[in-house]
Amino acid sequence: MKKIILVILYLYLSIFSNSAIALVQVDITRGNLDPLPIAVSPLYIEPGSKEIKQDGKIIKNIGEEISKVIEMNFRRSGLFNPLKKDSFVQNPDIAHLKPRFEDWRLIKAQALVTGKVTVSDDKLRAEFRLWDVVAAKEMIALAFTTTPDNWRRVAHIISDKIYQRLTGEEGYFDTRIIYVSETGKKTQRYKKIAIMDQDGANVKYLTLGNELVLTPRFSPRNQLVTYLSYFRNLPRVYLLDIETGVQEVVGDFPGMTFAPRFSPDGNKIIMSFAQDGNSDIYTMDIKTRVVERITDHTSIDTSPSYSPDGKYICFNSDRSGLQQIYVMRSDGSNVKRITFGKGLYGTPVWSPRGDLIAFTKVHQGRFYIGVMRSDGSGERLLTENFYQEAPSWSPNGRVLIFYRETKTDSKGEGFSAKLWSIDLTGYNERIIETETDGSDPSWSSLLSK
Amino acid sequence: MTRSIFLSLVFHSVMIVLTALSLPFMMRAPVDLPPILSVKFIQITDKTNIPFAAKAAETLEKIKKKEEIKRVVSQQAPPSKKKKEKPDRIPLPEDLNKEEKEIVKKKQNPKEVKEQIRQSSEFEKKELFDPNQIAALIDKSKEETAETLKKNKKLTQSSIKTSVVNALTLSQEDALKAQIFGCWSLPLGLPYQKNLLVRIKLRLRQDGTVLRSEILDHARMNLPGQGFYKVLAESALRAIRICQPLRVPPTGYEKWKDLQLNFDANEMLKG
Repeated sequence: MKKIILVILYLYLSIFSNSAIALVQVDITRGNLDPLPIAVSPLYIEPGSKEIKQDGKIIKNIGEEISKVIEMNFRRSGLFNPLKKDSFVQNPDIAHLKPRFEDWRLIKAQALVTGKVTVSDDKLRAEFRLWDVVAAKEMIALAFTTTPDNWRRVAHIISDKIYQRLTGEEGYFDTRIIYVSETGKKTQRYKKIAIMDQDGANVKYLTLGNELVLTPRFSPRNQLVTYLSYFRNLPRVYLLDIETGVQEVVGDFPGMTFAPRFSPDGNKIIMSFAQDGNSDIYTMDIKTRVVERITDHTSIDTSPSYSPDGKYICFNSDRSGLQQIYVMRSDGSNVKRITFGKGLYGTPVWSPRGDLIAFTKVHQGRFYIGVMRSDGSGERLLTENFYQEAPSWSPNGRVLIFYRETKTDSKGEGFSAKLWSIDLTGYNERIIETETDGSDPSWSSLLSK
Repeated sequence: MTRSIFLSLVFHSVMIVLTALSLPFMMRAPVDLPPILSVKFIQITDKTNIPFAAKAAETLEKIKKKEEIKRVVSQQAPPSKKKKEKPDRIPLPEDLNKEEKEIVKKKQNPKEVKEQIRQSSEFEKKELFDPNQIAALIDKSKEETAETLKKNKKLTQSSIKTSVVNALTLSQEDALKAQIFGCWSLPLGLPYQKNLLVRIKLRLRQDGTVLRSEILDHARMNLPGQGFYKVLAESALRAIRICQPLRVPPTGYEKWKDLQLNFDANEMLKG
């Protein structure tokens, strides 16, 4: 019996191996690195839908507005190339039912977004479909219901779903950015904490501008914000609830506290505390108010940032004589220096993916925003300018937001500080339009998570 | 009677003289030839390994050590500058193509052809014809065959693949690659440092259109953390659809009707 099995196995293997060898193989190692051409058809408005009134304006064609927001998100990502609507052959009223793929192939679209919107008195229902034009098949179809004035968020959520389906990684469009809004001359700046959507829309101011505020940071749950305020000329870290507007001082420190940031679980705030010319890193549990000292060194330790798993902390310190980046365990043990390059390194921020640390580097009077692996290897400088700093990661770890100061504003005079974003490739650098000048941006996590 | 006695005495005396002359002392001394000695060449040190005196032995040991140190130093001398080679490196498809191209070059080398088959006049032909040379050529060809066989035994897996690829000629393969390069839009959000190889098996029609396509590592799509693989595989399938009909040879359908395309984004992203 064993012999028969062996013979059969031998015959099978010999036949199988012969057929495998006979297969002609061709390796494709090159391709097109252009952004994916995508057509975003305006969402069809169901008959009987009402117009939307927002901020005193009437939005007549909400379907087109939603598609515009989606288009802008894709264009800014640098990964997609939204095709011009003028070239579309098929109208939205037919497209949302069953697209004629030949028409979309004609304009070289590889993906197509169609959908429809229904607006009633207090409800907006938006549904969309993503199509693979080449394969002529549906890739994803979802519907969302919300209040009509929330239509921009719907557009961002749709963008995220499409982004995830086409790239395999989470999107970052349904997010907010908190930053310091700046107005006035350079010598007399008024600074307010402002919050806006990641595309610059829906700006709201959280402080009045009576005192200097710096380094606002989102909690992972997006409801709380921590920042440094010079209230009554005493620099301290504050905690602000966005929903209720309640704010309070973090910890009862006898000196200056600064550079606050939340732990990944949102339960602790890590910050620097300076006294008698020395600064060390401390944490405070938000619920129990227990303060813990993490570093104890005669040098200046500041800008702490947790790794996404909460096990490590990166920070910058001048303990070696020059400002460099260090990594330690979250209890303060096993401190290791990770930067050894020329220049000064500061403002380290751990990526939400956990693989990279973003930083600001100063070398020969120029400022760089760069990334490196968490062991300090693979340093890559993404952008360089006269003055720029404070990088903050998008929740998917693909894009960095930072601020850049220039000697002149858009009119060619005075001084200007603007928010910029750059992706990990270093090629897709874009300005984020804000009502006023802006600095110290911090990216929230996904709102719809 | 007297006469008979006389004759007897004569004959007897002759016999006695002859006998006396043949006696040894009456003979000449023989030639004195030297005896043959067999000589064996040996290392003199093998036979002269006589122990030295104690002091002499010490001195010799010291000299020996010094020489050894010198030798060690010379062994550690920096090696001559040579370009680093990676013996275990799997040759890239481009490398393999280069090798093949080089071989083709050799075949078409006009100089070599000249020597072997150059045109000659009738008068020259006699000079050219040399049976010994032909024998030498036969021997050489045998050596070359043996070498080729030896090399073939050492073929790597990728080399085997290339020889299979020979179902398409180099130019046919290049044409197919170039066609697909233009159709493949790589998803730009792919993660780095991951396995970004998608293998797709195709069954083609004679006109190059795709009858059937199959992702060979399909199970990978459903694994956790492999969301990007689905995106990559879809982009590869899209490329095939955009490209079809594929640029396949007009003949030899049986050889290429089953085709495997290995879409590898690693090289591009590492860049």
